[in-house]
Amino acid sequence: MQYKMPFNYLINPGHSACAGCGEILAMRHVLQIAGRNTIIANATGCSEVTTSRFPMSSFKVPWIHANFENAQAVASGISAALRQKGMEDQVNVIAWGGDGATFDIGLGLISGSWERQENILYVCFDNEAYMNTGIQASGATPEGANTTTTPPGKKSTGDDNLKKDMPAIALAHHCVYVATATVGNIIDLQEKVKKALSMKGPKYLQILVTCVPGWYTDSKDTIKVARLAQQTGIYPIIEYVNGELTGAAKCPRPKPPIEEYLKLQGRYKHLFKSDEGKKVVAALQRIAEENVRKYGL
Amino acid sequence: MKINLAVEPGSTMKNKTGNWRTFMPIIDHEKCIACGTCARVCPEGCVFANGEKILQGKVFFEKDLDYCKGCGICAEECPVKCIKMEIEMK
Repeated sequence: MQYKMPFNYLINPGHSACAGCGEILAMRHVLQIAGRNTIIANATGCSEVTTSRFPMSSFKVPWIHANFENAQAVASGISAALRQKGMEDQVNVIAWGGDGATFDIGLGLISGSWERQENILYVCFDNEAYMNTGIQASGATPEGANTTTTPPGKKSTGDDNLKKDMPAIALAHHCVYVATATVGNIIDLQEKVKKALSMKGPKYLQILVTCVPGWYTDSKDTIKVARLAQQTGIYPIIEYVNGELTGAAKCPRPKPPIEEYLKLQGRYKHLFKSDEGKKVVAALQRIAEENVRKYGL
Repeated sequence: MKINLAVEPGSTMKNKTGNWRTFMPIIDHEKCIACGTCARVCPEGCVFANGEKILQGKVFFEKDLDYCKGCGICAEECPVKCIKMEIEMK
């Protein structure tokens, strides 16, 4: 028996995202909470490429594609136009992009907009590399991860650099709301979007999304991997309102070891084969412990 | 005000992605507790309540197999494991 699908979400199916994509899942929930009175400025990335293949679009809300670096600047323009028309309070302006657009390329213009204290929610879908162009390392790539620009070998154990602390950068700009979330806890994600949109001023939300081809995970583990990132403490789920820490997702006791999170992902496979790799695993475990201590997870 | 749109909103519906699938989800309605987790975690958003109620007032969830890509997240996340992924014979 074939049922008739009601299609009541603001992103329609039929887009070309991979099976088990975490980004499209996060996008759907962010948009569902924001509602129909929303204008989106979308930086280049998987979020744009998969949903807007010409002559089709998945979105049922006003949506504009910006370049890699200027999604936030386009949103500034939209916000200024709404202010001129006196419709500021009726329409949510959201700019969103991947971690490449946020951590590296767009950081200058995002910083400018935050400095002007504009009423825009910036959502970063953090999948920890440039997945759309073929898994190149970005500022968000954690230590030890295998990407096409940081391949592991005899003298290398993947990426050498630590992940950029973007929430701290946002806090330094006096954003009224800074939070992180994962697709592992969707109800938490929805509450954070709701809270962010109820506030006035610059807001930053960073969502860890699983990338099936980039992390070399199984498509059915999308939610499980994201949930383990929170439970092991490697990806702290925190919330700041007006610069003060107001919430942090606690880790379960006993805390699962970091290996449990790493072993589900092919990008960390090389770490379990050599002694050098084991040192990196220990370093990642130390980062997780440090997060637990710092935020009281 | 008339606006000329380059593309129609939500028009990717034309693009049926069901043929990407290797495994097909089968829901056991006897075991289903109607919690709605599968609808929440589906990346496509193609799981929905079908409106049919049984004696206990539970609403069944069903999938639109025109768009299901067969990722298997719903089967993994189901708290009572009432969704099975089976190889689809075409």
